[in-house]
Amino acid sequence: MKKANIWPWLYIAPALLILAFFLVYPIINTFYLSFLDKGSESFIGLSNYVFAFTKKPMLIAFRNNLLWLVVFTVFTVSLGLILAVLFDRVRYETVVKSIIFLPMAISFVGAGVIWKFVYAYRPAGTPQIGFLNAVLSKFPNFEPIGWLVNKITNNFALIFVGIWIWVGFCMVILSAAYKGIPKELLEAARVDGANELQVFWRIIIPVMKPTIAVVATTMVINVLKVFDIVYVMTNGQFDTEVIANRMYKEMFQFHNFGRASAIAVILLLAIIPVMIVNVRRFREQEALR
Amino acid sequence: MNRRITNLFSRALLHVVIIFIAFAWLMPTLGLLVSSLRNRNDVLSSGWWTVFRHLLDFNQYTLENYTEVITASGMGRAFLNSLIITIPSTIIVIIIAAFAAYAFARMEFRGRHVLFVVVVGLLVVPIQMTLIPILRIYNGLGLAGTFYGIWLAHTGYGLPFAIFLLRNFFGSIPKDIFESAFLDGASHHTAFFRLALPLSIPALASLAIFQFLWVWNDLLVALIYLGGTEQVSPLTLRLSSLVNSLGQNWHLLTAAAFISMALPLVLFFSLQRYFVRGILAGSVKG
Repeated sequence: MKKANIWPWLYIAPALLILAFFLVYPIINTFYLSFLDKGSESFIGLSNYVFAFTKKPMLIAFRNNLLWLVVFTVFTVSLGLILAVLFDRVRYETVVKSIIFLPMAISFVGAGVIWKFVYAYRPAGTPQIGFLNAVLSKFPNFEPIGWLVNKITNNFALIFVGIWIWVGFCMVILSAAYKGIPKELLEAARVDGANELQVFWRIIIPVMKPTIAVVATTMVINVLKVFDIVYVMTNGQFDTEVIANRMYKEMFQFHNFGRASAIAVILLLAIIPVMIVNVRRFREQEALR
Repeated sequence: MNRRITNLFSRALLHVVIIFIAFAWLMPTLGLLVSSLRNRNDVLSSGWWTVFRHLLDFNQYTLENYTEVITASGMGRAFLNSLIITIPSTIIVIIIAAFAAYAFARMEFRGRHVLFVVVVGLLVVPIQMTLIPILRIYNGLGLAGTFYGIWLAHTGYGLPFAIFLLRNFFGSIPKDIFESAFLDGASHHTAFFRLALPLSIPALASLAIFQFLWVWNDLLVALIYLGGTEQVSPLTLRLSSLVNSLGQNWHLLTAAAFISMALPLVLFFSLQRYFVRGILAGSVKG
């Protein structure tokens, strides 16, 4: 490689300055603010964290994030995998893939409006203009449901919007990995008498494990940061709040910067394991180069 | 014979399942589009799917909802703001990231590896961690509520991914190409402008689409740094406040939502290839 002097630093200087200003410094500062009071004037130790882990609205937010984490991740990854395998078997693969992938181009706000309309509720006896209630009304004895208000359904209704958006992403990556599996490997198993389910569980899944892990970690990061969907569709009402929305409320409605900072720090701490996994994976790839 | 029938049956089942899923995924967006073209009374008194009973009766469609939200609800101004915010945010990130990525991929300097590992770590930092300190600085400098402020913020948040993607791409260009150029006396500047950049046009295109969609679809960053000022609000921000103010006026809300989605959908359909390539390069390198 050519010998270089000051130039490398000039090449990266703008990037480093911006990263330092917009990411590194604020991270440190937010840590510090999380130990200060409402207006960042005096030191109050761990009070903000005690608040975060004991008060009811926070506990509800944690519960919901956990629900998102499990349901969203499991469904996006497994549905993405199933669709990748199924679509590979038909000739119109590109068309159906585009359809599943399309929501990725839509903003969460736009998706929020789309699904609020799908979930729209009218009292029984009036024509249902929301697609979901209208379809279900075809069944006898069905009472229309206020999907976003009912505390049993609302979190799942929100999570499904997230799934609708992100399945396409999972499918695209998993499909590329699936197409990378040597066809002889699958054929050999079939010739030996394995049925399609056995091929799926015993060969496809184990071979694709590394890719599945990458996709799943990406989904975990997404789910921890989820904000827009909840903000637009319910604004956290009816027990649908998640951590990121709670942070926004502490910051802008209650102007409690100490608590808001503590919540942000908790969010970061939840993501740090993923960060470590990413850095380790990156190192391994570099070693292979 | 029996086997052939089961085979045929399972093929048919496969098609049914796939078409059902595709339909289910498309239906919500279709419902939005159809509703945005119907007049108020129709939208509120019957489901959008009823238009299919007499699909070609064009009297049931109208563009009034669109003219109303563009003028009265400020979606026209918001569309312009979204363009003003998104285009510079996309260009600035790519320029700054390209230089940095080239240095990380092809130049030698102390701390190169450590610094890049930091960039990889920064990839997943939640934006929430940065909002309060930056907003305070912005308030002090008068950058809150300005386009300058949001251009810079989007640049900062987009950089780690942009550097990561381009550095991997520059790194995958065969070394020999660069080495023979250096033997011919080329400088790093020549190699960067004449080799690395032209060879990376697909990667740059992927990155541009990503960053464009990311900024165009962003709500949080705009919400925090632009606040409620309608003068500078992008589509997402405007739309989210319309969700509250228009309530059950679905004929207008659906039109407003479709305006916010139109450009991303056009980009998506025309440049899907680059979009997919970017996703693959960004998350499963190696």
